[in-house]
Amino acid sequence: MDKEAINNNLKPHIRKATAAEKRRAHNIRKIKEWGTFTAYLTPSFVGVLVFFFVPLLMLLKISFQKSSVNTDFAGITNYLRVLTNDAFISASKNTLTFALLAVPLAVILAMLLALLLNSGLPGKSLFRSILLNPMTVPVASIVLIWQVFFSYNGVLNGLLGDLFGLKSTDWLKSDYAQVVILLLFIWKNLGYNMVLFLAALGNIPTEVIESAKMDGASALKRFFSIKLYYLNSTIFFVGIMSLINSFKIFREVYLLTGDYPYENLYMLQHFMNNAFTHLDYSKLSAGAIVMCVVMIGILGVLFFVESKTDSSVEE
Amino acid sequence: MDKDNKDTRSDDEIIATKFVRRSDKNVSMKATSDLQERRLQAQMARRKVFVSSEKFSSIFDSMTQEEKNAYFDKERRRAKGVLRRRTIGRNIWTGVGVVIASIAAIIAILPLFFTFLNSFMTSAEINDNYGMVFQSLSGHSDSAAKYLSSTPVLKLIPEQVTIEQYKTLMFMSPTYLLKFWNSIILVVPIVIGQMLVACLAAYSFSRYRRKRREILFFSYIILMLMPFQVTLVPNYIVAEKLGILDSIWAIILPGVFSTFSVFLLAKYMRQIPSSYIEAAKLDGASEWQIFTRIAIPMCKSALYAMSILLFIDYWNMVEQPLVLLTSVDKQPLSVFLSQVNEAEIGIAFAASALYMIPPILIFLYGEEYLVEGISRSGIK
Repeated sequence: MDKEAINNNLKPHIRKATAAEKRRAHNIRKIKEWGTFTAYLTPSFVGVLVFFFVPLLMLLKISFQKSSVNTDFAGITNYLRVLTNDAFISASKNTLTFALLAVPLAVILAMLLALLLNSGLPGKSLFRSILLNPMTVPVASIVLIWQVFFSYNGVLNGLLGDLFGLKSTDWLKSDYAQVVILLLFIWKNLGYNMVLFLAALGNIPTEVIESAKMDGASALKRFFSIKLYYLNSTIFFVGIMSLINSFKIFREVYLLTGDYPYENLYMLQHFMNNAFTHLDYSKLSAGAIVMCVVMIGILGVLFFVESKTDSSVEE
Repeated sequence: MDKDNKDTRSDDEIIATKFVRRSDKNVSMKATSDLQERRLQAQMARRKVFVSSEKFSSIFDSMTQEEKNAYFDKERRRAKGVLRRRTIGRNIWTGVGVVIASIAAIIAILPLFFTFLNSFMTSAEINDNYGMVFQSLSGHSDSAAKYLSSTPVLKLIPEQVTIEQYKTLMFMSPTYLLKFWNSIILVVPIVIGQMLVACLAAYSFSRYRRKRREILFFSYIILMLMPFQVTLVPNYIVAEKLGILDSIWAIILPGVFSTFSVFLLAKYMRQIPSSYIEAAKLDGASEWQIFTRIAIPMCKSALYAMSILLFIDYWNMVEQPLVLLTSVDKQPLSVFLSQVNEAEIGIAFAASALYMIPPILIFLYGEEYLVEGISRSGIK
């Protein structure tokens, strides 16, 4: 008998584990690990399942039903009904126009401000705090002031009338209504975006900038060849956040102008809200599903573009 | 080497000639030059110089001392001028930058100042100043808009400072206080609940990274990025099914399970060095102990930042109460503030000011955390 066999027989506590036993122990450990971490996840997962995932599936089901009472399969009639609805079309057009205006402007302005603050300006942190402040202020508190400025009898009309003799317009009911909302949007989001950019600028290794300076690269050249490269992923992130926030602009529009605003301020959320009040579920759910698909499409494209452009920046 | 020859040469030339091959010069002193050559080569090898060069001549060689001094003075003056011009230029740019930043800062802060200062006016003064503004609004009022020719006067400083508005707000009109209270009982449970749920979930996501979990995490991110237009309808349907429509739970429960903070906290927790966790494991710590003793304390600043962000976000909410709370007396102040009527403009300023005080106080208290939280959320 060799030593191992003796050990196996006489001293079972120190014998070597067989392959099967090892596998079993490994499996038990794995299951235990899975159990522990799943337990940690459970509250959140159940909540998300109950309040978001399952209802989204229900939504999908409802969107193919004739109505909430009549559960017959209706094919894509609901979708056709939504997609040919004038209110839906104009609402999505307005929302998209606003996003296309607001997102680039918010990104570029925030980037310029961050570059400005980062260029060795005195009182950088003071400016940062002040510019971040609007983010914390609830829109509802600011609506009054915005109305004082932009209503027909408002301050802006008064100023323009006094200085240039222009005729008064009701800004929120004119073609410039989106510009007024755009101002509010930028006022509110600029600080947040700027802080994101400041963080990214702070993360650029100083040696790279210094050596470019030594080699005589001008400020513009430094920006376009070096900083932009490092800011790539932040621009992407800020763009996504601004896009999301631009979809939330309904809040400001609603607080300023109510349920039925001037036509170029009629946002998707208005459409949804008014559908809620009419309790037209199948239309509503079809609209939500369309929105969801469009959002996933946009995000997918953005993520794809990002992974193509800056795989080299990531760690 | 003979001494006469050496004396006639200047020091510079001696140094220079050391590095010049001189095989053609020393025909008469062949015996010594061999040795010298070898010495020179050894010396150059020591200094790691393997290519000897010709003597360097510059324009200063032909100058006298006075000419040199004059030249250097001129250069010094020129350099000073360049430096001065450069400093002035930089100062001008800094000044322009400060002006631009100040304008941006003033625009950012002006609405707040307006609201605060106007809330200290008497209601008569506010009516005088802004009464006509609210006659021309048609958004919420029942009567049609009246277009007047007069425009309001912008006033920053009240003629007469009173706290009359606040007094009325606090003691005379219970609606506003009730709405304020509604806001609080909606926001505080959401913040606390979401922090608890999100901490656990984020810990799980950061420690257990398998393929299916990563897919789930990605779906959490997608859910986080979904606008209200998409998520409100599911919320409504669930609230209807559970029978909690038109109660505060219809807003609190989806709020608690919102995935934004899970995402951000998981990002933080993944940055905890694994050596910490391994050390704790070796010492026999259970997962719960690792969670409470290592993960939570190391994410403290993230937790602060998250709670501030959540508070600000939910204090600002309008869409959810509008859709999910049908009875007006349950709605928070944020929805109600937009529906002030003409008679209450003065009190509306005070209410607006009061409504923005909690988030601003929290912001001032936790600005560092907030900035750090935002910054970190952008970095991969």
